[in-house]
Amino acid sequence: MRKRPNYNLIFGCSLTAITVSAIILGFFWTPFDPDAMSPAEKSIGPCLEHLLGTDNFGRDILSRVMEGAGTTLSIAFFAVSIGATFGTIIGGLTGYLGGVVDEIVMRINDAVTAFPSVLLALVVVSITGTGRTIIIFVLGILFIPSFARVVRSEFAKQRQMDYVRNARLMGVRHTRIMFVHILPNIAPVLLSSVAIGFNNAVLAEASMSYLNLGVQPTESASLGRMLLDSQSYLFSAPWQALSAGCAISILILGFALISEGLGYRQMWRPTSKRRRKVSA
Amino acid sequence: MKYILKKIGIFLLTLLGISVLVFFAFQVIPGDPTTRMLGTTATPEKIAALREQLGLNDPAIIRYFRWLTDFLKGDFGTSYSYNMPVSKLISGKIAITAALSGMSFAMVLVMSIPIGILRARFAHSIPDRISMIFNQLIMSVPPFFIGIIFTYVFGLVLKLFTPGDFIPHSESASGFWGYLVFPALAIALPKSAMVVKLLRSSMVREMSEDYVRTAYSRGNSRWQVLRRHVMRNAIIPVVTFLAVTLVDIIAGSIIIEQVFAIPGIGRLLLSSIIGRDLPVVQTIITIISIAVISVNYIADISYKYIDPRIRFR
Amino acid sequence: MPDNVLEVKNLNANYITHGFLGKSTIKQVLFDINFNVSQGEILGLVGESGCGKSTLSKTILGLHTDYTGEIIHYTQRPQMVFQDPKGSLNPAKTIEWIVEEPLRAYGKYGKEERKERVMEMLKRVGLGHEYADRKPRELSGGQRQRVGIAVALIQRPKFIIADEPVSALDVTIQAQILELLLELRHEFDLSYLFISHDLNVIRQMSDRVIIMHEGHFIERGTPEEVFNSPKTEYSKKLIAASLI
Repeated sequence: MRKRPNYNLIFGCSLTAITVSAIILGFFWTPFDPDAMSPAEKSIGPCLEHLLGTDNFGRDILSRVMEGAGTTLSIAFFAVSIGATFGTIIGGLTGYLGGVVDEIVMRINDAVTAFPSVLLALVVVSITGTGRTIIIFVLGILFIPSFARVVRSEFAKQRQMDYVRNARLMGVRHTRIMFVHILPNIAPVLLSSVAIGFNNAVLAEASMSYLNLGVQPTESASLGRMLLDSQSYLFSAPWQALSAGCAISILILGFALISEGLGYRQMWRPTSKRRRKVSA
Repeated sequence: MKYILKKIGIFLLTLLGISVLVFFAFQVIPGDPTTRMLGTTATPEKIAALREQLGLNDPAIIRYFRWLTDFLKGDFGTSYSYNMPVSKLISGKIAITAALSGMSFAMVLVMSIPIGILRARFAHSIPDRISMIFNQLIMSVPPFFIGIIFTYVFGLVLKLFTPGDFIPHSESASGFWGYLVFPALAIALPKSAMVVKLLRSSMVREMSEDYVRTAYSRGNSRWQVLRRHVMRNAIIPVVTFLAVTLVDIIAGSIIIEQVFAIPGIGRLLLSSIIGRDLPVVQTIITIISIAVISVNYIADISYKYIDPRIRFR
Repeated sequence: MPDNVLEVKNLNANYITHGFLGKSTIKQVLFDINFNVSQGEILGLVGESGCGKSTLSKTILGLHTDYTGEIIHYTQRPQMVFQDPKGSLNPAKTIEWIVEEPLRAYGKYGKEERKERVMEMLKRVGLGHEYADRKPRELSGGQRQRVGIAVALIQRPKFIIADEPVSALDVTIQAQILELLLELRHEFDLSYLFISHDLNVIRQMSDRVIIMHEGHFIERGTPEEVFNSPKTEYSKKLIAASLI
């Protein structure tokens, strides 16, 4: 039987590749200076010179979208890196070792992941204040439990496999078993989680910026903030909102398709918790 | 019955844990509330007097229990910015947010369950595939962007409602609910897409089981099999997901209230966070936490009645 | 009297299943086990699935720690050949990496020497160097079991526990693997504890046989004694069933 091509993965990767290249290009070159205001060119609709039009200060929207998407993606990148690294270490240790610590850590995880990440981010930001670095750390830390959950259940599964027993018989050290023997075997699951993580991070960052609690306008352009600002000019200049909103949606769609294509249906939050207790 | 009592016990313990967490989280915030309350009129003597009056000099543990008992009595403290009791400030707003969330949740149920069943019934057909693409697209659009699109299309172009012109329930009940339709829909659309996807895949998986084939061989029609056999089992994972969805809707309404300028609890939370009005923030966060945990526990308990296979220890 | 490679005295082992909030049930799976394996010997251990064979092998190798009694190893680093070579070989790694890993863990040899030893061992178990870069899933069941044997032997142990080494394989492949195990026994001066549920395999391989039932040793002796004149009812039934 011929395998059907994995359309989700193909479209997801292509979409993400295109957006990421545009963003990387944006780090070095944008059609206009994203911050250059031009009173003469206020709120121009999309035209040949300004492909996505200009905003109420006469700034080129395409350039701002490129910069804003860069901000969003880099925040997502650092947040997911923090979440994935610590989540893998914690999930790996608890899943591999099991026992009481595992039980306690997982209870805490369940409690934390019962709350939507945007809500938790709001709580933390209300205590710590806002800003780019804070958002990275807040989202990164909030993502740790989700990664820990996925990695833990995989490690707990792999731990029972004979190849792990065999490695112990050979006298391989536990840390080496965890990271050299087991980790490569859970890479597909981890990759899929990273894709979902990017999906959630982009959404969370955009939401926070939209709520004026994320990246501050003095730091750099951000997509969520652009949406917020564009709302006042929605009737006269709808292209502002449309550009920023579509950019967010395309970023999310790319990552969603990749995670779908990698085929791992782990729910990000503990919806499957109960199903484990169902006896077959 | 024993199971439910045990669950309620754990539930209350969890709430207690959350209250400790929230209380002490807000203790670490730098800055003295008294300087904020007194503003520019603050003198060291006035601050000391106010600290004594508010009981801020007591040990943290005593302040925690005082806060807890006050909270249970419905006394949530006084807002810094509005200079009025928090309870008075939020009482009307909770109803608005609850109405918005409830309406949105009802929309999710009404939209997703029929579509999910239809897609499972006609799985792998062309319409199923087309709606799968739409499903994936809708899932990727953040609710606040959907809200902005609605504002533009239905509010500004078609003039079905006036953006920003929220109508209180006391003024006009129909106007109130009418204004909430589009915000509720903006939250409900992406969530429905997720539920449709889960319900469809859950039913398709269930339909490939042996007992379904047996049911067909006994001469039952497709719909009969779906209704009598597949639905009962396929709905189980969906119910947990619905609990998660309800929680997400509550979180989503905080953002959507911002888009549509709805004076609910989310808008108050945001303005209080920005204005660093901590008693208000603390109260709202505690209330939302209680709501989130309650939803999770209700979903947990409802399993017992849905899934005949689950036995409780 | 040749020296022992393994001595087991008064071994009892439990399995604990943990319940919620400290409620746990203890199930004893091994009862007062006494035996020894002498140098150069193949000791066959036979019994139905679930009789405690696997627990015994895991306990001997230290993979199961909830036991009382004495386990004395007279050799360094005893190794194990697993039933399902699919599960005992790391699916993410190449054959060369898998066979080399015990040497890396041993930490005595340089890179060049390790590679040389790996290739030599692969050749010895009947796999050419073209297999070195493949992943386990690209090999047949018999080839995988050859890799499993290479992994077990690369640290040059003197004592091997073979836990159902051929039960996952086709009958023709079974014969080849058993033959290989017998050859290697002489070449590397090995002793085996050979565990199987298949009486015919046990009869063909063993110098001595032990029959196990519900965690007890109920019969022991040479293959002739055990198979021709079993003493207990259970053994008689078991042997009669295998002859059909």
